[in-house]
Amino acid sequence: MTDHLVFMLQLLITGIAVGSVYALMALGFVLIFKASSVVNFGPGELVLFGAYVSWAAILQMHFPLYIAFPLTLITSIALGLIIERGVLRPLIGEPIISVIMVTFGVASVIRGVLNMVWGSDTRPFPALFSSEPFHLGPVPVSPVHLWSFVIALLLLGTFSVFFKYSLTGMAMRATADNQQVALSLGISVKGIFALSWGIATVVSTLGGIILGSVRGGVDFSLADLGLKVFPVVILGGLDSILGAIVGGVLIGVLENLSGGYLDPVFGGGVKEVAPFVILVLILMVRPYGLFGKGEIERV
Amino acid sequence: MTCGGFRVRYGDDERLFDTHWPVVGLLILSAALSVVPLVASTYWLDVLNRIGIAIIGAIGLNILIGFTGQISIGHAAFLAVGAYSTAVLEAHLGLPFYLAIPAAALVTAIFGLLFGLPSLRLKGLYLAIATLAAHFIITYAIIHWEGMSGGVLGLLVPTPSLFGLALDADARIYYVIFACVFPAALFGKNLFRTKVGRAFIAIRDRDVAAQVIGVSLLQYKLLAFSISSFYAGIAGGLMAHHSRILFPDAFTLLVAIDYLAMIIIGGLGSILGAIFGAIFMTLLPEILKLAATSLSGVYPQSFGLIASSRDVIFGLAIITFLIFEPEGLARIWSRLRMYWKLWPYAY
Repeated sequence: MTDHLVFMLQLLITGIAVGSVYALMALGFVLIFKASSVVNFGPGELVLFGAYVSWAAILQMHFPLYIAFPLTLITSIALGLIIERGVLRPLIGEPIISVIMVTFGVASVIRGVLNMVWGSDTRPFPALFSSEPFHLGPVPVSPVHLWSFVIALLLLGTFSVFFKYSLTGMAMRATADNQQVALSLGISVKGIFALSWGIATVVSTLGGIILGSVRGGVDFSLADLGLKVFPVVILGGLDSILGAIVGGVLIGVLENLSGGYLDPVFGGGVKEVAPFVILVLILMVRPYGLFGKGEIERV
Repeated sequence: MTCGGFRVRYGDDERLFDTHWPVVGLLILSAALSVVPLVASTYWLDVLNRIGIAIIGAIGLNILIGFTGQISIGHAAFLAVGAYSTAVLEAHLGLPFYLAIPAAALVTAIFGLLFGLPSLRLKGLYLAIATLAAHFIITYAIIHWEGMSGGVLGLLVPTPSLFGLALDADARIYYVIFACVFPAALFGKNLFRTKVGRAFIAIRDRDVAAQVIGVSLLQYKLLAFSISSFYAGIAGGLMAHHSRILFPDAFTLLVAIDYLAMIIIGGLGSILGAIFGAIFMTLLPEILKLAATSLSGVYPQSFGLIASSRDVIFGLAIITFLIFEPEGLARIWSRLRMYWKLWPYAY
């Protein structure tokens, strides 16, 4: 196999791995949007929170993994519930700009609190998976990348089953479809909102743990990755879980490929901007994305 | 003594200011501001300058979001376009600053027009996301077009001069900035007595209905984006002269969020609100810094803690205002005015 092909495959595999983390973040975003039509403009901070809390539980308090993980997840559920109950519930029915701004506010508070508690230095993150790359044909693959992809797929499967068959999942779908009808059928719509935030923070936390172990450290630049959620959800469709996963992987691959091939042309950093160029193109052509519901209000 | 608004003619209803007192207040304020550089320290002068710049930017953003209802998260990018165009026009073409800033504002307005185009098809959330993308694309272009912008190394802004007088001190730039703040505020206030301003408000309240009664959405939405970006361009141009060296770092997404916070905390759809919000958001970190320095004598560790508490307090301020006073400081102000106007017979 030629060097060129290996280079491309490597970009592809890194892209899929990074993309699956994007998919996790997008999953959290879509869950919240689907249930409560709230757009969370601070998905990166939820990821950051998960990464820092798990770092603190494992390396600062020296809990064994089987305690540290549940502890992190419980903390993040609590965070999700606090955000929903304390901040978003009073704003139900307010104009969209208020909801957008309040999620910026929440993100700012999370970032500030993390900064006050743990400071802004980069913290080494424990390697949860072996970093010894194995070879898939001629292409070296790092197990961390493989694991993040597998975990994303597992979560996708779990959530698909959950939404399709479980009573709670069906209640969530019903709420997303029509809140008043759901309410009249005895579904606690507020409970569903809270649940969606709880699940979203858990998923983001998992994303944070994976990102932390992929990078070998956590710092505040993790939060910047959170904004990549927007290209992902626009590509996949704002209210589609399948779209979040497919969009995540696609954006991950596209940004890596464009970074690999266009960086020499434009002088670096293409990776950071390519997803947003894609976003604008999609908005122009197909604003509801690949799998979203095509009922966007046009002016 | 009047104890309420007695408007008996349409003219009374359309006046710029309800009573004479705001006019008197403005005159006193401008007189007071004009002697400030004689007494203020460099530090407070710098703060005042930044307040002035923020006021212009915030009024521009409020015209777009608060009055026209088009959400934009790309304001920092427009500030950057204004700042860099000013610097480039002066450094590469040798224009004097009083031509360069308006020219840069025009350039920014054209950019605003361009990035306002998606608003014709998208609204609400989708528009917000589109402007977010615009922010990243514009800042990317600025960072990587190194021949023009100097990239991450920064771009030196030439010292402006007026009638042979070099405006090289904060005190001198101060007069330039506030010479722009007053017309900007008055133009903004007056805009909403005109056909254009009324059209903006109609679009905000219900775009379809506005279209039905004959407001051209195409024309007025793009006009709103242009006017808003023109303000951003002026603010950016002043910013370039105030900071004297431009780095792309000065125009991150956080700056755009700061401006959004200004108009939310100040009051959406109010010129006075934009002014209050700009003052509040600029003073907040300064007051925290002062608190930190005065406390660090007593509790040495508190400095870092209070400095990093800026994010928390900033976020909490946004959340608190949105939940408890969605109409912002402007609403509080008008309640206070009402209270004093009717005092002591409040009922």
